Amino acid sequence: MNVFLNRRYHFSASHRLHADSLSAEENSRTFGKCNNPFGHGHNYIVTVRFSGAVDPATGMVANLADLDQFAKQRLLSRYHLVNLNTLPEFESVVPTTENLAIEVHRIFSHFPHAFLESVNIEETPNNSFIYVTPSIFRSSDPPQVPFSAPQTKGSAT
Amino acid sequence: MIFLTRKAEFSAAHFYWNDDLSPEENERVFGKCANRNGHGHNYTIEVTVSGEIDPVTGFVVDLKLLKDILEREVVGVYDHRHLNHEIPDFKTAIPTTENIAIAAWKRLEGKIPGAKLYKIRIYETLDLFADFYGPPPVDESQEICGLGNYMAGEDSAG
Repeated sequence: MNVFLNRRYHFSASHRLHADSLSAEENSRTFGKCNNPFGHGHNYIVTVRFSGAVDPATGMVANLADLDQFAKQRLLSRYHLVNLNTLPEFESVVPTTENLAIEVHRIFSHFPHAFLESVNIEETPNNSFIYVTPSIFRSSDPPQVPFSAPQTKGSAT
Repeated sequence: MIFLTRKAEFSAAHFYWNDDLSPEENERVFGKCANRNGHGHNYTIEVTVSGEIDPVTGFVVDLKLLKDILEREVVGVYDHRHLNHEIPDFKTAIPTTENIAIAAWKRLEGKIPGAKLYKIRIYETLDLFADFYGPPPVDESQEICGLGNYMAGEDSAG
């Protein structure tokens, strides 16, 4: 019997939305203010959602201390107070919040103690993006159709 | 079908401790939460029900009624209490956010006329919340367990 555990983390980072494959005019037209060459920043809020059975000994889906430690080591130390464009994962991928959600999902998918259901990132109180774990990864919920290329690929190019 | 959510708040104290574990193990697993003097939170509970809209009233369920039920069954019981010491729900189950969600479900299930309980969300803080959607469907070929022992820890601890 599953319970869903949701935990929020905060980090602040800068970015610039720019695609090398587009001309300067196209970049400006596509990304608007976000194409400012100097970049700009946000206070991001990440909500990670896990599911699992409640451990009878601890009353927990997963120990928050373990999750917080994981988040500190893998998420916050990497993304807090940095320029996202300088990170290797955004060298050829535009650091939109969509792509950021996919990267953060990749990070938390390695958390060993519960099943990652989704990652939600709020870029501002008015903008948020959710990346839901594809059904191919759910052993208890087999995919209805054969798995093909992820639909999220290239969502922000 | 439409979903309706009502929110309420309560403040309570708790600590995390499993008598089956040694004091050192409790410290290691639960950290600061294992301090047996307890600590407290302002909890928020969100109750989501599903149902059809009554053509006469336009309601899924009368909000005042839902508020009163929530107050009677959960908020009035938990508010300004020590969950470990005063609430029987946590006599053996550890009052984690997860188990509070399950316990609140058990208290509310079947109590809301005209609507079906869909989800309980408990916020311990803005940054931590647990969701419970009810136990898995009961296999009718087996004994009906009703509001049986489905809270984790209930039948294992103590």
